[in-house]
Amino acid sequence: MRHISWDRIFSILVILPSALAIAVFVYGFIGWSGWVSLSNWDGLRPDLSWAGFGNYAKLFATPRFQIDIRNTVVFTVSFLTLCILIGLGLAILLDQRVRGENLFRALFLFPMAISFIVTGVTWRWLLAPGDPAAGRLTGINVLLDGLNLPLSRWYTDPTVLYIQPTSELGQFLGRVGLGFLATPTFGIPVAMFSIVIAATWQMSGYVMAMYLAGLRGIPDELREAARVDGADEWQVYRHIVFPLLRPITLSVVIILGHISLKIFDLVAAMSKKGPGFATDVPAYFMFETTFQGDHYAQGASIAIFLLISVSLLVIPYLVYSTRREAEL
Amino acid sequence: MSRNTFRFLLSLLLIGALFLSACAPPAPQPVAAPTTPPPAAAKKLEIFSWWTTGGEAAGLLKLFDMYKQKFPDVEIINATVAGGAGFEAKPALKARMLGGDPPDSFQVHMGRELIDTWVVTGYMEPLDDLFKEEGWEKVFPPGVLEIISYNGSYWSVPVNIHRANVLWYNKKVFEANGWKPPATFDEFFTLAEDMKAKGITPLALGDVGIWASTHLFEVILAGTLGAEKYNGLWTGQTDWNGPEVKQALETMAKMLEYANPDHSALSWDQANDLVIQGKAGMTIMGDWVDADNLAKKFADSGWAAPPGTQGIFVALSDTFGLPKNAPHPEQVREWLRLVGSKAGQEAFNPVKGSICARNDCDPKLFGPYLQSAMQDWAKDAIVPSLAHGAAASESWVTLINDVMTVFVTDRDVAKAQAGLAQACKDAGVCK
Repeated sequence: MRHISWDRIFSILVILPSALAIAVFVYGFIGWSGWVSLSNWDGLRPDLSWAGFGNYAKLFATPRFQIDIRNTVVFTVSFLTLCILIGLGLAILLDQRVRGENLFRALFLFPMAISFIVTGVTWRWLLAPGDPAAGRLTGINVLLDGLNLPLSRWYTDPTVLYIQPTSELGQFLGRVGLGFLATPTFGIPVAMFSIVIAATWQMSGYVMAMYLAGLRGIPDELREAARVDGADEWQVYRHIVFPLLRPITLSVVIILGHISLKIFDLVAAMSKKGPGFATDVPAYFMFETTFQGDHYAQGASIAIFLLISVSLLVIPYLVYSTRREAEL
Repeated sequence: MSRNTFRFLLSLLLIGALFLSACAPPAPQPVAAPTTPPPAAAKKLEIFSWWTTGGEAAGLLKLFDMYKQKFPDVEIINATVAGGAGFEAKPALKARMLGGDPPDSFQVHMGRELIDTWVVTGYMEPLDDLFKEEGWEKVFPPGVLEIISYNGSYWSVPVNIHRANVLWYNKKVFEANGWKPPATFDEFFTLAEDMKAKGITPLALGDVGIWASTHLFEVILAGTLGAEKYNGLWTGQTDWNGPEVKQALETMAKMLEYANPDHSALSWDQANDLVIQGKAGMTIMGDWVDADNLAKKFADSGWAAPPGTQGIFVALSDTFGLPKNAPHPEQVREWLRLVGSKAGQEAFNPVKGSICARNDCDPKLFGPYLQSAMQDWAKDAIVPSLAHGAAASESWVTLINDVMTVFVTDRDVAKAQAGLAQACKDAGVCK
């Protein structure tokens, strides 16, 4: 008995320092941000008097924040979709036991080793649109021009695609009381796709690596058994491989999802808030309003909003995986 | 030693280390007690600025050299954060100041940025004794003294003056086409049409991070409203909902039609490159363009006051002050004496590409543009710059930047005007 209790004391003692540090520097500061978000702190001098949830009400009524939420949704959906499609595609190709697989794997993974700042600066140069009307071309537009393809304004394009209220669909939405859907608030900012391209370039290799690990984890016997039963290659993937890759997809969605909700560095390096906030995101707004505008309470509200939205994504996953571990 | 004893001692050590680091007394803060000189080892001077490139970094180093010659035993720490107009440096500074770790002295724009951000909130020490000892009340122009004072005290020492309202053009291109810099907005638009017809982008603009558009707007505001009404905007005496502001926004919307469409991808110096290369006709930017032109060995640069702003000097200034609880206040006072001195300003400004804040510098030390700026500085009406912290508090400027971000894209005059009026209310200046 004595030995077990010694071990227990020892393990508690060893965990204690990091537990204390995490309690203060993670949860303590989360609590502090939460408090600030409910205070009247506007201006450089801290003012922690109680303001209640008015900060949040004001935040959601701010046009810039509404645009930011729209941008985050557009970014997250397109970034995740592209990463999963490209990552899975590359993984399946590499899984065909090609020669020089190691080389390709490293090649596709390399972008992940770079920081988002470097990616952002590089893609900012590559996608710099120049001024085609004045015959001044830069970056990828030179290539597109050489191939006689239409040029893009990339991240300087202020266009927001949305359902026109005068169109048939827009009129229909108006009649059923969903007219608000036919406004730019529910549109798609074209400039955001430049950010999506850069982010996908960086992260799809990582997704590939995860799927490749998943593919290698599927026993060959299962595929063989399916083939013996007369399944063609597509059916093998459709009924055997893809269902077995579902846990991987879930992990990918969680990992990329929380990156895309919190994205800051890439946007800050590449286009900042963009033309008419076309590439603005909550984290960038938070940075500007807190440290340039001195609106500390508003900045803290955005921080808490980001925390909650990431938690909504991560906590169900944690619960799910802990339960599964408990079952095993 | 048994395994358990070893483990126990190890964990004690870990916990002890944690508590020691948490409870360690903060680094001793020298209390401002001029009677006892600080020990020799503590003689340091940390200067915080965003002067990292070209002439500005060279000018700063010149000041450091002069300081070191006088005080060879003081170690100077050059704490810089790169980024145009200090948009990256200022957040870093705020984090340090709020965290109780102020640098010894920091670069701050004269005007509301200094007063509203740091003085009203009680983070600075007054410098009245220094101004008296050095006789600065006689050598700095009254307009400048007014902008750096609050509650009857002086709070920082201006080292230079920049002019925000300058229209830069390529002399060769203008001479070849028989053009003259436009004096009115009508002339501007006639000229712009002509340039467009000849395949030259009339106005080069580089507003990544949006401040260059706010800068353009402030110049148009000054040119439309005139000095007195422009000043009234920042005190609530001029109505943001009035017809002049509307007119200024309409002028700006029209000007943007003639700007390069990729402006949100370029910085101000990249926009200036278009003028240097003859691809664009003009750019409206502060007089740091002069230093950029010199660095790029561009000798054909022409300059003029932008439309409507003849006789108006939209000014901004970099100043240094003494934060409360600065670790080495005695060294800071000597630093401030240096940046306010004639020798210091004459060494710094020709390199930085700005004019002296003092009015007794020798014009012969300066290049042709700066000499002309010195003449204008002496006779023009001096008004504060909006984009560079002189006219409005930082929180107000941030709100105006947000309005500009949308306006540059949608050019909706009515919406922008309502936004500007609301920003003035939110800033607590308008009712």
